[in-house]
Parts: sequence; C-alpha cells; structure tokens
Amino acid sequence: MDGVSETQDAMAMLAQRLATTCGRHFAAPVHIEGLFRHSGGASRQTWGFDAIVERSSGAERLALVLRRDPPRNTDTATGGGESSLALDRGVEFALLRVADRHGVPVPTPLFHLDASDGLGDGFVMRHVPGTAIARELLREPRYATARGRITAQLGGILARLHAVPLGELPKLRRTTPAEAIAQQRHVLDTIGEPHPVFELALTWLERRLPAAAVTPCFVHGDFRTGNFLADENGVTAILDWEIAHTGDPLEDLGWMCIKSWRFGAIENPAGGFGQRDELHAAYEAAGGPPVDKARAYWWEIFGTARWGIICMAQAWKHLSGAEHSVELASIGRRCAETEVDLLQLLAEA
Amino acid sequence: MSQDRPHAPELLRAIREFLGSDVLPKLEGRTQFHLKVAINSLAILEREATRGPTADTAERERLKVLLGRDGSLAELNAELARQLRDGMRDETDAALMAHLRATITDKIAISNPKWR
Repeated sequence: MDGVSETQDAMAMLAQRLATTCGRHFAAPVHIEGLFRHSGGASRQTWGFDAIVERSSGAERLALVLRRDPPRNTDTATGGGESSLALDRGVEFALLRVADRHGVPVPTPLFHLDASDGLGDGFVMRHVPGTAIARELLREPRYATARGRITAQLGGILARLHAVPLGELPKLRRTTPAEAIAQQRHVLDTIGEPHPVFELALTWLERRLPAAAVTPCFVHGDFRTGNFLADENGVTAILDWEIAHTGDPLEDLGWMCIKSWRFGAIENPAGGFGQRDELHAAYEAAGGPPVDKARAYWWEIFGTARWGIICMAQAWKHLSGAEHSVELASIGRRCAETEVDLLQLLAEA
Repeated sequence: MSQDRPHAPELLRAIREFLGSDVLPKLEGRTQFHLKVAINSLAILEREATRGPTADTAERERLKVLLGRDGSLAELNAELARQLRDGMRDETDAALMAHLRATITDKIAISNPKWR
C-alpha cells in the first residue's frame, strides 16, 4: 500500500493521541503499532494501524482504520467542485452504522472521535482485508474467481443499500435528475473554463429528463470500481460514502458503468467485471425494483459528464491554490477522455 | 525569436527519459507514484508542443465559420458553450458535431492517445 511520508514527530504524536482515544473506547491500556497513511487528499485522511489492547485476559491486536479531517490551522478552500457536497465525518460514521446493520459490507464503524482527542473530526473503524486497486482486481490471476463474482455481488449489495429505510438515516441531501444537472452546471460556471461537449451533453440530458424518482431512496453516490475492497473471494467492503444522498437508485447503477470505471476492460460495462444485464439481473434478484434500462443509461451518460467535470474540479483544487498536487493537476487532462465517450454515447443513443 | 535546439518536445523528452531511467527506480511509495504521474504529464506536454499549435489554429478557424464571427479561441468557445447551454444548437447540427469530433480527436491525441 502506498504510504505518505510524514515527519517522525507528527507520527509519534498521532500514535500517542490514538492510543489515548482507543484506550478510552476499549477501557483498557492501548498502544499503537504500524501506523501508516493511505493515499488520499490532504484535507481528508485515512490511516491504518494496529491497536494492541492490554486486557486482563491478555493482549489483543486489532487492525483498525482512522478516517479524519485533521484539525485545521488554515482555512481550506474547496475549489468549487463536488467537495462542497461532501458529508462531514460524523454523518459518514452514522451512514456506515446503518449500512452495516442492513447487510451492506462496510468496515464496521467503532467510535467517533471526541473534540478533546485533538485528532480532528473523524472516526475509527475496523480494517477490512482486500484491495481497492482496479488494475490488480481486473488483471491479476489470483483474483480470477473474484472477477467472476463481483458483478453479481455489486448488484446484490446495491439492492440492499437502496432498500435501507430513509427514516433510519441521518438527514441527507435529495438530488433529482434536474438538480444533478444543475449541480454540474454550477461547477462548470464556478470554474469558468468553457467545455462545449459537456454543455451539449447536459442539454441533451435535460431534454430527456427522467421523472423524479417516485420513491427516493438511499444513494451511495460514488459506487464504482476503485471504491470497494475485494479479496480472492470477491467484494469485502464498500468504501467512500461521502457523496451519499437520496434520490434515484439508478444513479448508482449508471455511474458504476461509465467507461472510466472499467479501467481499460471496456468490453465489461459493469465496472470492468461484467455486463449491464448481469448487474441488473442480480439487482432485481436481490429485491431491487425492476431496472428501467433506458433510465439507467441516462444516468450512465450523466455520469460520464459528471466524471469529466470532476476532473476539471480536481485540477481546479490545484489551480486555485486550495491543494497543490501534481496528481490533481494532471487529472485535469483526463476531461478529454469523457468528451470522447460523450460524443460516442450521444451518437449511439 | 526561434530558440536553439533542442526544441520544446525534444527537451521535454530528455527530461522525461532522465526521470524515468535515473530517478524513478530510486523512489518508492507515494513519491514514486507521483513521479509516474509527472512523467505521464511530460509525455502530454511533448505531444502538445508538437501538435497543440496546429490543433488550436484549426479549432479557431472552424469556430469562426461555425459561429460566423471572430474572436480568440477562449471567446469563441465561451460563445459556443453558451449557445449549447441555451439549446440554440444541439446534436442535430451536423456542422457542430463535425467541429466537436475534430476538436476532441485532436485533444485526446495529445492528452491520452491510447484512450478507446
């Protein structure tokens, strides 16, 4: 796993604070080993570590993960992208608990941080084995069995996720198809770099707007290859809940099929693993409502435009000075991939 | 004024090859990943230095014909984007679609020629 280098002092202080926090939660002395930072942005961090809990019955080693927005010492502009729609960590923690209860595989959330912990806003969850790295899952021989299962597993998981009663969830933003288009236009206008192909696609989508979902449901919002963990047996956990909202269940089904999430396996629309029909059949078999295929495709075209506009916004985080990063800067040049795809999708639709 | 050799794409290539052969193997983890991103970006800049000016000129000429007015590339694209947002043109306009296909074909040839 990629680590991010941090100063020794900062690491030691973080380990010490984690030990205190975990000690309070487990009501036993705790020390921390193997602390390392996962890849990701500066403002939202994920750390892996082992907590060794000294119980009277003996020491227990727990593999844990910290998700946090670190304490802020400067104001952090978000750069005008979808990050303005992101949930705070407290809501993410609450969502994970509800999803866990409804049979959606997630890293089991353990406890929320206290302000007095000095660790920022966040929570601790259990580590889940598996990799999220698309190219490994799609190409390495040891995942061959998993590859044959993942499409159906994702369909089943989405059906359970969409069936979560809204009353059990914290208050979430509702997004209709019309609002989804308005959000993307807002990002385009904020950034101010004209993109005729995105405008063409959004107007095309607006003229073919599906009716607002009759029964809005819980929507993950970023359900795709790269955002779940899998091992040799298939999916182990769904990650990255920060864009969760309520709305049209087919938004999730369309988004995971866009070409960018096939990571080169373009013949397999369902995240690079399988066909749309397999995904939809598994979704329906697990209790999901019948899939309106035209409507799922509308969301797939929308998702393609959305990813292109996210690429612009990622680059904008760098260009605006909010977060300097060669990685963010380079993502800006990936817009063209979605423009190619959109022209093809509109020609075929 | 014309600069001495190496031209921009040649110099970019020299930098890219140095980073790939001499620096990349010495790095690991996150920093190595970011150097791979940087090397890929240098390859984009090489292609842009070679093909970008011609592509920009052709795009601007097409836009002038399509919109029936003159302006900078940025101004003309802003005008086209506005017309598309307002629904004044759409995918039924063959000249528009030919322009967009030509533009995006040039763009992807620079940013990611392997995309399919």
